Amino acid sequence: MKNQLEKIRAEAAGLIAAAEGEQTLDALRVRFLGKKGELTAILKQMGGLSTEERPFVGALANEVRGELEQAVAARAGALAASAQARRLAAETIDVTLPGKKPVLGGRHPRGIVLDELKTIFLGMGFSVATGPEIEYDKYNFEMLNMPKSHPSRDTQDTFYVTENILLRTQTSGMQIRTMLSQKPPIRIICPGRVYRADAADATHSPIFNQIEGLAVDRGITFTDMKGTLDLFFKQLYGPETKTRFRPHHFAYTEPSAEMDMSCYKCGGKGCPMCKGEGWIEILGCGMVHPKVLENCGINPEIYSGFAFGAGLERITLMRYAIDDMRLLYDNDLRFLRQFNEGGMQP
Amino acid sequence: MKLPVSWAQSYAPFACPPAEFAAKMTMSGSKVEGWERESDRMENVVVGRIDAIERHPDSDHLWVCQVNIGAAETIQIVTGAQNLKGGELCPAALHGAKLPNGMEIRKGKLRGVESNGMLCSLGELGLTVHDYPAATEDGILVLEEDAPLGANAAEALGMDEVVVEFEITPNRPDCLSVRGLAREAAATFGVTFKDHVPPQPTGQGDINTHLSVKVEAADTCLRYAAAMVENVRIAPSPRWLRQRLRHAGVRPINNIVDITNYVMLEYGQPMHAFDYAYVNGAKITVRRAKAGEAIVTLDGVSRPLGEDMMVIADEKGPIAVAGVMGGEFSGVYDTTQKVVFESAAFHGPSVRATSRKLGLRTESSTRFEKGLDPSLAGDALRRALELVVELDAGDLVGGLLDDYPAPRQPHTLPLQADKINKLLGTALPEQRMIDILLPLGFAVQDGQITVPTSRTDVTRDCDIAEEVARFVGYNTLPSTILGGPAQAMPTERQRFESHCIDILVACGLWQCETFSFYSPKSFDAICLPQNSPLRNAVKIMNPFGEDTSLMRTTALPSLLEVVARNWAARAAACAVFEQATEYHPGPSTDELPIENQQLVMAAYGEGWDYLALKGVAETLLAAAGVAAWELRRADGGGSFHPGRCAEIFVQIPGGSLEKLGVLGEVHPAVNENYDIKARVVAANLSLDILFRARGGTPQSKPLPKFPALTRDLALAMNEEVPAANVAAAIRAAGGARLESLALFDVYTGEKLGEGRKSLAYSLVLRDSKTTLTDADADAIVAKVLKKLAGMGVALRS
Repeated sequence: MKNQLEKIRAEAAGLIAAAEGEQTLDALRVRFLGKKGELTAILKQMGGLSTEERPFVGALANEVRGELEQAVAARAGALAASAQARRLAAETIDVTLPGKKPVLGGRHPRGIVLDELKTIFLGMGFSVATGPEIEYDKYNFEMLNMPKSHPSRDTQDTFYVTENILLRTQTSGMQIRTMLSQKPPIRIICPGRVYRADAADATHSPIFNQIEGLAVDRGITFTDMKGTLDLFFKQLYGPETKTRFRPHHFAYTEPSAEMDMSCYKCGGKGCPMCKGEGWIEILGCGMVHPKVLENCGINPEIYSGFAFGAGLERITLMRYAIDDMRLLYDNDLRFLRQFNEGGMQP
Repeated sequence: MKLPVSWAQSYAPFACPPAEFAAKMTMSGSKVEGWERESDRMENVVVGRIDAIERHPDSDHLWVCQVNIGAAETIQIVTGAQNLKGGELCPAALHGAKLPNGMEIRKGKLRGVESNGMLCSLGELGLTVHDYPAATEDGILVLEEDAPLGANAAEALGMDEVVVEFEITPNRPDCLSVRGLAREAAATFGVTFKDHVPPQPTGQGDINTHLSVKVEAADTCLRYAAAMVENVRIAPSPRWLRQRLRHAGVRPINNIVDITNYVMLEYGQPMHAFDYAYVNGAKITVRRAKAGEAIVTLDGVSRPLGEDMMVIADEKGPIAVAGVMGGEFSGVYDTTQKVVFESAAFHGPSVRATSRKLGLRTESSTRFEKGLDPSLAGDALRRALELVVELDAGDLVGGLLDDYPAPRQPHTLPLQADKINKLLGTALPEQRMIDILLPLGFAVQDGQITVPTSRTDVTRDCDIAEEVARFVGYNTLPSTILGGPAQAMPTERQRFESHCIDILVACGLWQCETFSFYSPKSFDAICLPQNSPLRNAVKIMNPFGEDTSLMRTTALPSLLEVVARNWAARAAACAVFEQATEYHPGPSTDELPIENQQLVMAAYGEGWDYLALKGVAETLLAAAGVAAWELRRADGGGSFHPGRCAEIFVQIPGGSLEKLGVLGEVHPAVNENYDIKARVVAANLSLDILFRARGGTPQSKPLPKFPALTRDLALAMNEEVPAANVAAAIRAAGGARLESLALFDVYTGEKLGEGRKSLAYSLVLRDSKTTLTDADADAIVAKVLKKLAGMGVALRS
């Protein structure tokens, strides 16, 4: 009997270890360990053994059973693992296939730039004021020290709706409206569409966007204007950006200036972008003319302020190296897609 | 304004290279647009003398010249010109020479004869016969004056002048003159301004016996001065004067006309010379035009005059439009015997209005309209007479006529250094300010500044501050940061707009920017009915053309143009939106139009159909927190597919249901107008109303503690029953325990029969306080079915 057990042990261990597939293994389990299996059959003969032999053979039988059960479990585990490995191998995909992108839209480049400017100015305490695009002549010109016959009006060719209502040529009307309705301190920026009778070409458009700013308070100085605008451009184009102010004339500011910034392409050395100048003309500014303050009921003996205005398209074109303003209004998707990839946007 | 630098230097002896001059003038406030020197574009062109000339042995029109350029040997040059006889001085372009027109000269052979350069004509040097009246257009330029052989021809011809172009702002008409810019240059470079005061003219006889002047429009003619010259000797002006005119961009004509132009450039005072023979009645009246009067101006155009226009008239009628342009017989001719010089001060706004109405801008009108200093008129007239004498262009008639009832007095301002420092943010000593003001022609005494009459722009402290700041240097002033509290927040409306844009971008739409004016034809393009109120648009009085003449009342055409452009560019799909302003006429023409903010969308291509765009709208409504909204079938109004169009109504909190906008598939007829061969869906929603319908900050709800049961119902009904009605009925019958309802299938087909459809809904049922049993769920479903039965909807069998 002992020999029989040893024989089963040897034979079963070999067969189990070599079993391929779950079915074969299960058949072996039934053959050796099942109720009608070989091991059970031997155990059934235990009754014929002597009392000395019985515990000895019983122990051996249990040992063999334990071993075989373990072997079946181990083999089952191994078979399952290799089956999974085969399945996974079969599921291999080309990981270099293009990804399935979620369908997102995107912002217009001018909108992205405007948001950035708003963020900068909000941080400096300037609120955003918006207002009508079709404006009274009074708010667009007259109260800004440009009466009907003023030659300065020639620099802003105007579309009129009636004698006294026009398509605003600048967002300054919002400065007037704000000063009429709010007491200093005032800090606002006024972005928005403006209209000038310029034919569209690479750098002109009869419709474009301006961003103007106004600060009015006690003791605001020309040097404050310089510092604020310098900081603005350092925020927009990086801390190494330099600014330069040139005397100029606007009817609604005195002293007035035009501001150049160091060319963001060459850093001021001179390149095709800045036509070799090292500087790029970027905005107009000045101390609010006392007559404008008076027109709005603000006493220029107590308050002073500065104002500025820049073209948003121009900043946008420079920021993204766009060479033709008309592209901004064509809205060709192949163009629009370019500004929503390639790096962080503000 | 083109400034020949040597002319300015005759008033202010500054000396510096052109680039430095340009840079410093710009930084002190006279903006330089650019500068050039003709001779910089010329190389190796020298003065040569034709020592010998003979016929080309092999040609009947070429000549072989031996040209002496001051070297040991003469240079042989072949020319085709016929005006040389020998002995003349000519510009000779030698081998390797460059000409202003970019031409390069190489030696070579002409019909077998060696030619080592080229003799130059006027045209080849970029000159005209007006610049060198003695020269011929079709021959070699022969120098009038002697010049050393071999000298630089550019210098000998006066082409080595540096000409600087300035952009003069409208506040500085005084700088539209050589004298004005020289004054600025003197102050910029710290040299003394040497003014030239023309002498009192002395002439024969008395002008009053020849001419009378009457100013009837004293409010718009502040001064009218006139002088006369008789025995006029019309001739070309001398070279120095022609050259200055040419460099300043003015064509030399003859001595009398050139004098008026020269004085205008030098003093900034426009002048006019009338032929006395054409001043009928020897009487000049400055008056307003009479009704029905017209004038043929010097340019040959007949122009009707308005009663608000100022004219210079003789007995018969207008002979000039004051300050703008003379009439056709107001010029100076070869036959002219006597000349009347006019030097006047016309009221700027009046000249400007006239010039604009006539559509006629001249050198004269652009100066007058900025408001010239009337004191100039007298100086300029005397300067003109001085030149007449110098050029021997005629004999002066004694006396001047000068109607100047209220001579302009210089005004004074207190010098308030503290105030100026406070505005600038500086601490400049008063003396520094005085040192800046004096060279500019201001006088300062006892704390009072006397402003020169030419500086019409200086009236207040801030103007003085600018004078001080620009000569201290804008860029030497410090930069400071604004003090005081700085608080700013985007408004709720601004944040809402950003939110909406973000949602639309996340929904796959691309933001656009389109023009806000368009053609009236745009209304036809979107098939708007003739009686549509949207055809009532704000009109631009002076548009570029009809195509840009209306302010849009609907941005749908704008977005369809974008779609059409992308379709034409073969984009497979396109989904775009714009936060667009639409403009509607105001309650009256005296009031501003009404401007509405809209969210306008349009899309075509895979995945874009009516329901997809409706999904975007629903997402937007949900993101905006709109409490309740409903959809109503609409007929499309011509622009949309009549069977695929709806209007969205939203509940304004505490208010009524308002129309948010329209949503639908674009009508095929509209597609055809835009040449789009795809189904396009579009929506136009009011951002203003959406904002008013918005919800507040979302408040959290506890997550459910009890499980949900799901019941799916496949319902059959007639096709015309709207899904929205079915859903509403299910919700009503389901009550509070119907947590959510989703349509998961729509089916029509043979199995159902003609005119029938099936809608399959999934109902999620939950009770917040207890676990629902199947029996509970069945009871709810039974209630729902009972309600549906009432509207002819039953379980699909």
